[in-house]
Amino acid sequence: MMSARSMPAPIPTPDTEAFWQAASESRFLLRRCLSCARTHWYPRAICPHCLGDTEWVEGPTTGTIYSYTVMRRVPVPYAVAYVALDDGPTLLTNLVDCDFDTLHIGQPVTLAWVATEGGPNVPCFTPAAESSAAR
Amino acid sequence: MSTRNRAYIAGAFEHPTRKAPDKSVAQLHAECARGALADAGLTKADVDGYFCAGDAPGMGPLSMAEYLNLRVRHVDATDIGGSSYLMLVSHAAQAIAAGKCTVALITLAGRPRSEGTATGTIPRMGNLNQPDVQFEFPYGVTTANAYALCAMRHRHEYGTTAEQLAWIKVAASHHAQHNPNAMLRQVVTVEDVVNSPLVADPLHRLDCCVISDGGGALVVVSPEIARSLTRPLVAIRGAGEAVKHSMAGEVDLTYSGGRWSGPIAFAEAGITPSDIKYASIYDSFTITVLMQLEDLGFCEKGQGGRFVADGNLISGVGKLPFNTDGGGLCNNHPANRGGITKVIEAVRQLRGEAHPAVQVPNCDLALAHGTGGLLGMRHGSATLILERQ
Repeated sequence: MMSARSMPAPIPTPDTEAFWQAASESRFLLRRCLSCARTHWYPRAICPHCLGDTEWVEGPTTGTIYSYTVMRRVPVPYAVAYVALDDGPTLLTNLVDCDFDTLHIGQPVTLAWVATEGGPNVPCFTPAAESSAAR
Repeated sequence: MSTRNRAYIAGAFEHPTRKAPDKSVAQLHAECARGALADAGLTKADVDGYFCAGDAPGMGPLSMAEYLNLRVRHVDATDIGGSSYLMLVSHAAQAIAAGKCTVALITLAGRPRSEGTATGTIPRMGNLNQPDVQFEFPYGVTTANAYALCAMRHRHEYGTTAEQLAWIKVAASHHAQHNPNAMLRQVVTVEDVVNSPLVADPLHRLDCCVISDGGGALVVVSPEIARSLTRPLVAIRGAGEAVKHSMAGEVDLTYSGGRWSGPIAFAEAGITPSDIKYASIYDSFTITVLMQLEDLGFCEKGQGGRFVADGNLISGVGKLPFNTDGGGLCNNHPANRGGITKVIEAVRQLRGEAHPAVQVPNCDLALAHGTGGLLGMRHGSATLILERQ
């Protein structure tokens, strides 16, 4: 297990402050449309499907790896990924607390909050089966 | 309003520098403008439309119009990253067809190499009002890993191998050996590429384009002016543009915006991919080329790996000669924006002015296509179909 890359803090905008406040409490929120009832990513005040108003809802905390890559030519390698949430949108994230060499597309993952430099936690993911085996 | 045959590329100039520590970016723009106007046989006084992208020094076109001391009646500084310049050719043709200008100057310049920019591997935060930044910057998104995500998914869906991707670099290197200005003139093998260090799985160092200073310029003119000049007639026969993004979380990395911009351009031109004799395909990374070739219809989706293998992109060897200047992979990627060099080499091919070792015989129809921004996130796509008349 390599040491983790230090995570820069996200800088919220007025329409995402609630998301990052919840994240600092390790609660993962999504935005859902009051008109069409669909969720989306990243969170927006106006629905990107129908331009309706949106509300915060609890988001799924499990998903599968849609694609990933391990950034190698840097001092501390890290894994960037798209994770398809179960019954939810696909989001960009990091895969943490994992063996980079066994990652694969389709692998089940679960939400893992990662602390940032002076900001709220950011949602990352870790392999669902392997994380328990590794500990 | 179709712009088919309503405008012509009369001037094209690629700055020969690849490292310019002693020049300003504005100076490089001006040297490119001078070169393209001289190539066309026109003067600064003839220019009545000016086009650049959002990276030009100053606010949009304002500072460069001043630096060049232009008096223009039409400007456009729409920025879709490296593909901007392909799109700006189309926008210039539209402006000419609408009577808004008759001689459109397009310039690009930049010095990422002299400025020591680690273009591919360092996260860049961008404008904090850009809504995606807070959901991407913490994760270390860089140019290299944004394209690697697409390559990894392509490998998963279609079995595309590192060796197949490597053939794209090999073909570019075969062309670059004939270009005295190319940054990398050494012919490389598939083994060289797959044995080079991994940057972001599955992309290796030699899957990535060069970082170079420099620039380029184009002059797009009305049919009347084109016919008054002595240069070969290179018509803009078709053009298309598109924006692709993460689609509200319905992410699909298997295709680029070329799936949309390509058919628009082919429909306007009234031809099909099999009619194209030469293709300039944006090559920020090998995967960029492979996906764009599929999306433009040169092969079926998922067959890109087989299509590019065994030298099929090498001029005189394969069925689709591409990037005969060596492309961004070996020749030049000025200002981290390879769109203008794509147009310039297509113009050389159509005029019969490419290097004799790579010149495509009877090259009368060429395509130039680009992706700007991040292939795995949001990007612009622009397609041009050019014809020698």
